[in-house]
Amino acid sequence: MAEKRYRVLPGFGLTMGFTLFYLSVLVLVPIGGLFLRTFSLSWADFWRLATTDRALAAYQLTFGASLAAAVINAVFGTLLAWVLVRYDFPGRRFIDALVDFPFALPTAVAGLTLANLFSANGWLGQFLVPLGIKGAFTPLGVVIALTFVGMPFVVRTLQPVLEHLDRDVEEAAATLGAGRLRTFVSVIAPTLLPPVMTGFALAFARAIGEYGSVVFISGNLPMKTEIAPYLIVIRLEEYDYTGAMALAVVLLVISFALLGVINVLEQWANRFSR
Amino acid sequence: MSIELKNITKQFGGVSAVNDVSFTVADGQLVALLGPSGCGKTTVLRMISGLEMPTAGEILVRGKRVNDVPVQKRNIGFVFQGYALFKSMSVADNIAFGLLIKKWAKADRDARVAELIELLGLKDLAKRFPHQLSGGQRQRVALARALAPKPDVLLLDEPFAAVDAKIRQELREMLVNLHHELNVTTIFVTHDQEEAMEVSNRIVVFDKGRLAQIGTPREVYEEPASEFVARFIGVMNVLDCEVREGVARCGELEFPTHGVADGQRLRIGFRPYAVQVSNDLMAYRHFAVLRHTYFLGVLLRLELEFPSGLIIRARMSKEEYARLNLTEGRKISLQIRQYRVLAREGELLPPEVSVTHHLGPSPGDGI
Repeated sequence: MAEKRYRVLPGFGLTMGFTLFYLSVLVLVPIGGLFLRTFSLSWADFWRLATTDRALAAYQLTFGASLAAAVINAVFGTLLAWVLVRYDFPGRRFIDALVDFPFALPTAVAGLTLANLFSANGWLGQFLVPLGIKGAFTPLGVVIALTFVGMPFVVRTLQPVLEHLDRDVEEAAATLGAGRLRTFVSVIAPTLLPPVMTGFALAFARAIGEYGSVVFISGNLPMKTEIAPYLIVIRLEEYDYTGAMALAVVLLVISFALLGVINVLEQWANRFSR
Repeated sequence: MSIELKNITKQFGGVSAVNDVSFTVADGQLVALLGPSGCGKTTVLRMISGLEMPTAGEILVRGKRVNDVPVQKRNIGFVFQGYALFKSMSVADNIAFGLLIKKWAKADRDARVAELIELLGLKDLAKRFPHQLSGGQRQRVALARALAPKPDVLLLDEPFAAVDAKIRQELREMLVNLHHELNVTTIFVTHDQEEAMEVSNRIVVFDKGRLAQIGTPREVYEEPASEFVARFIGVMNVLDCEVREGVARCGELEFPTHGVADGQRLRIGFRPYAVQVSNDLMAYRHFAVLRHTYFLGVLLRLELEFPSGLIIRARMSKEEYARLNLTEGRKISLQIRQYRVLAREGELLPPEVSVTHHLGPSPGDGI
């Protein structure tokens, strides 16, 4: 007789069915449609549309700037999360609430604000531009915008992990003679690496798909400050749907591959708790 | 390594956790810091380790003041209640950590790790990560890690509190054996008086941040310095009595006293083993009914109720119980062989009073 285990929620079949349906409607069907559309192209046509010089420059900027922004977020987001969890200071809760700000703010507003700040006569730009730091209408501006939108991902991923970090472990390292730096590098950092990588991956993925905030600060100069999602929009405005599809598929494949790599790295970093 | 605490006080935000505590631990001793939770025993341990700084007073190690020596330089081994293993490191790497910090050569390090793995019976676990270990195994790794750099002092904070009873017993025995073998000065914190009695050769009892008594397990049990100690160590019947005509009375029970004025209240204490029970109603002058029997293994605890409603606890062996043919609800006669007058807390207790001359050891004596 088959053993039947009691479960609180009814039916694996029902929940699995719902999961698949939900995933299909929201993710698989649109992506599948995208790929099907591109199949109407010959491989040569696809390759030609997807690898124009302008497109290559756009991929480079999108992935380069996203990577830079995600790295910056991984470092400073970790620091921010650490400070918010470990120290108590006046205004901590306010700063904690501010972290979610980029989630809530319409990205176009964020882009406009940042562009104004960093333009030659903006609040920050008037000091930075004479120093040769041009934040608006440059690739740097793209990185700034992408850092802004990705920041909460790292902080929010890391916070619960930091909160559950065992203080005893740090004291144990101290009783064994380890100084602060040694304790951080050998004991704390390895346990933080997996969540930092998760946060990094989320910020990175978000940055690749980001559009609204970037278009205002980058200036969208072809070959210079034009990101791939913007190029797709241009193709659409030109009624060049297949061109847009080809770009989108490239973006999708590269993103998917990169997230796959990050996932593997994350599992490696987390090998001690599986 | 001898350790001396001189008038140690520790305050947290104006509240005293430890108050004017002084005691000495001689080289090679195995000492228990015992007390109920919140009595300051862990804080004392942490101050010895250097994880906590005393607000006032001095800590001397081998006669040298170490108040300003940071925890990293005190050469102590510390075992935490929750193990505090490094979860990103294997068992072997955990044990090697302290050696790595102290810059031992690789060959020495490997030899020392192998030695400790052998000593603590962790043989097949060297490559495992902490999350793959049971509670008892984790605690052994924590011990190995603390012992690896050959500390001058081994400090353990409630080391066996988080494991089940059987493993706890094994770990206690292991600690005693390790101490016997390595002879390292060891101080451990516990709230379990049985554990303190079984493991240590000296017990320091704390009560609300103050030192209540220090002595061998036997001294602390047989000569408690205060009512607190008497009640905390082992089971004790404590009766609130009133003195009339030189005799302290509580219900049917009477305890002759000397030099106490009539009308005063006194607290009288006696251990369960001091209650002598007979099924012969003519044997002793007090009568009571056996209300309930608790089975404790070799020993039984009896709850006896006097006609006045007064309830006391007695203790006897299984064999004795069977010999007397006792059952719950049965009427018995009893006497109390020894008792002591419990002074107010902090005052030194008067010596125990024997009612009858020694009848020879009774079952359950010394427990």
